[in-house]
Amino acid sequence: MPEPVLQPVNDTLVLPAPLPLDGGQVLEQVAVAYETCGTLNPDKSNAVLLFHALTMDQHVVGTHPKTGKPGWWAKSVGSGKVIDTDRYYVICANVLGGCMGSTGPACPAPDGQPYAMRFPVITIRDMVRAQVALIDALGIGQLHAVIGGSMGGMQALSFAANWPERTRAALVIASTARHSAQNIAFHEVGRQAIMADPKWKGGDYGSGKGPENGLAVARMAAHITYLSEEGMHEKFGRKLQDRTEKAFGFDADFQVESYLRHQGLSFTDRFDANSYLYITRAMDYFDLAEEHGGKLASAFAGSKVRFCLISFDTDWLYPTSESRGIAHALNAAGAPVSFVELSAPFGHDSFLLDVPAQDRVIAGFLGR
Amino acid sequence: MTGLRPDLALIAAHVEPGARVLDVGCGDGALMAVLRDTRQVDARGLELDQHNVAECVARGLSVIQGDADVDLAYYPDASFDYAILSQTLQTTKRPDLVLGELLRVGRKAFVSFPNFAHWRVRASLLWGGRMPVTRLLPVAWYETPNIHHVTVRDFRALVADNGYRMEGEWFLSGDRTISPAAAAWRAEHAVFLLSR
Repeated sequence: MPEPVLQPVNDTLVLPAPLPLDGGQVLEQVAVAYETCGTLNPDKSNAVLLFHALTMDQHVVGTHPKTGKPGWWAKSVGSGKVIDTDRYYVICANVLGGCMGSTGPACPAPDGQPYAMRFPVITIRDMVRAQVALIDALGIGQLHAVIGGSMGGMQALSFAANWPERTRAALVIASTARHSAQNIAFHEVGRQAIMADPKWKGGDYGSGKGPENGLAVARMAAHITYLSEEGMHEKFGRKLQDRTEKAFGFDADFQVESYLRHQGLSFTDRFDANSYLYITRAMDYFDLAEEHGGKLASAFAGSKVRFCLISFDTDWLYPTSESRGIAHALNAAGAPVSFVELSAPFGHDSFLLDVPAQDRVIAGFLGR
Repeated sequence: MTGLRPDLALIAAHVEPGARVLDVGCGDGALMAVLRDTRQVDARGLELDQHNVAECVARGLSVIQGDADVDLAYYPDASFDYAILSQTLQTTKRPDLVLGELLRVGRKAFVSFPNFAHWRVRASLLWGGRMPVTRLLPVAWYETPNIHHVTVRDFRALVADNGYRMEGEWFLSGDRTISPAAAAWRAEHAVFLLSR
């Protein structure tokens, strides 16, 4: 038994080969920034690849270098936790197009200037392709499991559909096999808010202050979709912020306004506006059935991968019907699949929060 | 040997090793786990209750949360060697349609149910004039999930009317198997194996 490694390790790999993209372009010298936790066993069979959601990054366990907060899934990943790093070697990489060390629009292009809007439009499958190159470089032939929530779930589905021999299991939480018109619509509001900010400058805001107001509005709109109506009502109701009466003005009278403004502003400290444009575009383009002749079941034909899908009853962003549809397609393809809708009051964000039933399902599914 | 409910133990003993099995209304997955662990069966489950599904997945079983009345339609024809419906037929909205779906997705189907013509049930109705509350039917009429009570003779008639083949039948009184003779009123529980 090797000694368990408790501290996460951060590293960056420059891919040894150019990365071909779904859009037809090829990216050279692609950097993939990643965090690992745990110890890879001698036969390299205990690796678990976590895919992060839209606004998260590789810092799944370790303290975030910009916010100083714990990693986004430190609650569930670690020694003795649901995803037990005494047992599994957990890998999480910043997605292609991101802004935490992996190649994205803020990175310098071959001419030394930031790519900005010259960065090619990427897809979920492109993000996954970069991470397959990462596990190639780490010498891992087959993962114990891929795991992802929300956009991470899209990557887990794409991985299992396109590289089925590279993982034994796929856990997909609060996710979807395609972006709906409503999903695209909310993203478009966010993108237009960024592009309407004069500081966006067609994407060429350089390394200085970017379109912070636009990015904050984008985050505010998106954040609403991550919460349930019931959860918002419980948390804020019509309560006023630091005042006893309405001010008859347009300050943040209500707590919910103050909360959203805070969410928006703090987001701009850690996220790049152009990355937000590119990653939301990749999510909007995601349609796993379309990639496979229009039939979702075809995406999983002959798959030996074990699947588990979890949805939440208060998630209206990627509602239960989406996960159930994926389960039906996997059934039709004959793949071993579990699907459960869990009750939790927190809306889409439930997958990151304290839902004991989710812990039992994840631990049981991974443990087999 | 397995701690299974008697009807489930009967079913487990008659599933061919290595078969592909769909357990409809699989509960907490007790039967599936035994089939997997002792008969190398590739078992899948369908279960309505969220907590039961979570329990199954925590046991490492492949179970989908869904409704037998609706979700069987999403399984391809003959995708299983056996479809199993234990203690669930009488809770479905349309038992006849569910039975047809079982024999579409499975080459054979095990169906088990509490016999509503057991003599205690008959006695309760005849002498008490009350809907029975017995060991196998422990819940009062207004809150029982059993919305389509069925007897051994009813079930045989449904099988005959649809032209299904009876491949096997077993009857239980308490934990003991009893002979088919007089099962119509002596059996608390019936287990049938059907094919098209």
